[in-house]
Amino acid sequence: MADSIISLKHLVKKFGNQTVLKDINFDVHTSEIVGLIGPSGAGKSTVIKTALGMEVADGGSAKVFNTTMPNRELLANIGYMAQTDALYDDLSGRENLKFFAVMKGLSRKETINEIEHVSKVVDLTDDLDKRVSGYSGGMMRRLSLAIALLGKPKLLILDEPTVGIDPALRRQIWKELQHIRNEVRGILITTHVMDEAELTDKVALLLDGKVMAFDKPDVLKMQYDVDSIENVFLKAEGVL
Amino acid sequence: MRIISIMNRVLKELFRDKRTLALMFLAPVLILLLLSFIFNSNSTTDVDIATVSMPSNISANLDNTKHVSVTKYNTKEAAKRALKDDKVDAIIQQKGSNYNLTYANTDSTKTTVVKMAFKNAMTNTTIETLKSKLTVASTALAKVQSQMPNASSSMAQKKQTTVKPKITNHYVYGDSNTGFFDKILPILMGFFVFFFVFLISGMALLKERTSGTLDRLLATPVKRYEIVFGYMASYGILAVIQTIIIVMVTVWLLGIQVVGNIFYVILINLVLALVALAFGILISTFANSEFQMMQFIPILVIPQIFFSGIIPLDSMAGWVKDISYIIPIKYSGDAATRVIMQGGGLSSLGSDFGVLFIFLIILTILNVVGLKRYRKV
Ligand SMILES: Nc1ncnc2c1ncn2[C@@H]1O[C@H](COP(=O)(O)OP(=O)(O)O)[C@@H](O)[C@H]1O
Ligand SMILES: [Mg+2]
Repeated sequence: MADSIISLKHLVKKFGNQTVLKDINFDVHTSEIVGLIGPSGAGKSTVIKTALGMEVADGGSAKVFNTTMPNRELLANIGYMAQTDALYDDLSGRENLKFFAVMKGLSRKETINEIEHVSKVVDLTDDLDKRVSGYSGGMMRRLSLAIALLGKPKLLILDEPTVGIDPALRRQIWKELQHIRNEVRGILITTHVMDEAELTDKVALLLDGKVMAFDKPDVLKMQYDVDSIENVFLKAEGVL
Repeated sequence: MRIISIMNRVLKELFRDKRTLALMFLAPVLILLLLSFIFNSNSTTDVDIATVSMPSNISANLDNTKHVSVTKYNTKEAAKRALKDDKVDAIIQQKGSNYNLTYANTDSTKTTVVKMAFKNAMTNTTIETLKSKLTVASTALAKVQSQMPNASSSMAQKKQTTVKPKITNHYVYGDSNTGFFDKILPILMGFFVFFFVFLISGMALLKERTSGTLDRLLATPVKRYEIVFGYMASYGILAVIQTIIIVMVTVWLLGIQVVGNIFYVILINLVLALVALAFGILISTFANSEFQMMQFIPILVIPQIFFSGIIPLDSMAGWVKDISYIIPIKYSGDAATRVIMQGGGLSSLGSDFGVLFIFLIILTILNVVGLKRYRKV
């Protein structure tokens, strides 16, 4: 079995008296794409933020690279893409990339190569010197993804990365994600696009603050005796 | 490296936002120009002077001066009451051979008019008395000289002592230096720096928080203090530019004299800007929208001007004075006043700088620790 890079055990997270995460258990290994799916408001983003150390768990443990989070230095090995685009509108795409490259601690030379590489992956090479304020929603999403990819992090955590991206580019991005996985890196991705869940290696179904199911898409479909992840989801919710 | 990168980014964003830039650099200039027009234009002020036991020849001379009218009061108390009730602008009282002048001084232009009028009246009266005395003296001199050749020098000395009365000035409000505009300028300068840096930096950090870039920034291995210092560096530069513009306008356009070293004035405002920055960042964490940030201005920024020394604090209640000790603009105002009006050196600014640095250190620590709310390490 490959190394575990994210390990969540009995994770509990409360906001005030609302218990958003009751008991979260799952692992992400290297060479693995794990999809976290669940309805809006299920707590997907909260799982991610706790794993990153932006929120502190109220119970259980969140370990990344076998180190209990929060841990600042570890963040250098994590590429994070938030659900909101979080870009500096007055700067150009290139300036955004450059800024975050420095924040991630890349060297000057690495920065230039990396910017060229990641902007090719998200198909933004021609628009790099435009101001972000002039970008379309999809372009912003792509730039945001490009920032997460900077520096070839060992772990990618992507919160709904393909929202607002057209199908052709979405396919291209998934291809890149699979390529990243094959480089012995790991990816945790949240999505509510069910056919994307089919492309992952493992799916974690988040409902009621718990991971209701966690396995390969094919295994889940068999378990629930349905033909798509969408139906797995609906059956788990009790709609089907 | 990260600090410089954050500084560069903030500066880039600022310099691309032309409106904000104009607000920071042009608005203070505009307001200063307007204020200088308002305070320096009313040169034809009419003044009322109360006289108490004044020789009639001086009173008459005063009354003959343009824009001056004289009212005679029998007692000092009655005149003081009139001064308090705003019926007269100044009291002139003769005490023996000396004169006591009391100015309301709420309007420094009026004080100047009274001073000038009294000086002229005195000169005119002296000339008149001299003339008449001279004729008397010269006839007496001629008579005496024939009998006592040594008397002439003592006579001349005696004459001199009688024509040089002592004039004492009293100010109900302020002091002799009070030209209102001159007085408020050093404080106003600080206020502009504080106001704009507070507002713009607070907004910038608020935007960083609400747009999610702060989260994203904190998802990199950046240290919390690097973010705070990066902001400080960029807004420090901005404040220096702003202060230089304000100083240039005041010195060259408004012709206000800076007695001391202009460099100290810039230094004071730089430190004040950093305090404002740290304060703005801190306060922005309590706001969830730009409108909420604006709501802090009438509560936290505007009232500072009342405690800053624009209105003399000596005449205020004790607790008002106590509040003024926690007002950053008061310290920058005091220090800048000392440099601009009295030519104070660095050593005379020590305590003001000290207090500002204490503000700065406390607020900076609060900010660095406060960022823990968004990332726990
Ligand atoms: N900082 C917060 N303070 C209070 N409640 C929060 C906070 N963040 C998230 N929540 C709540 O936690 C629940 C899960 O939110 P989230 O993790 O964003 O869901 P998802 O990403 O699955 O759509 C929601 O009910 C949301 O209101
Ligand atoms: Mg979410």
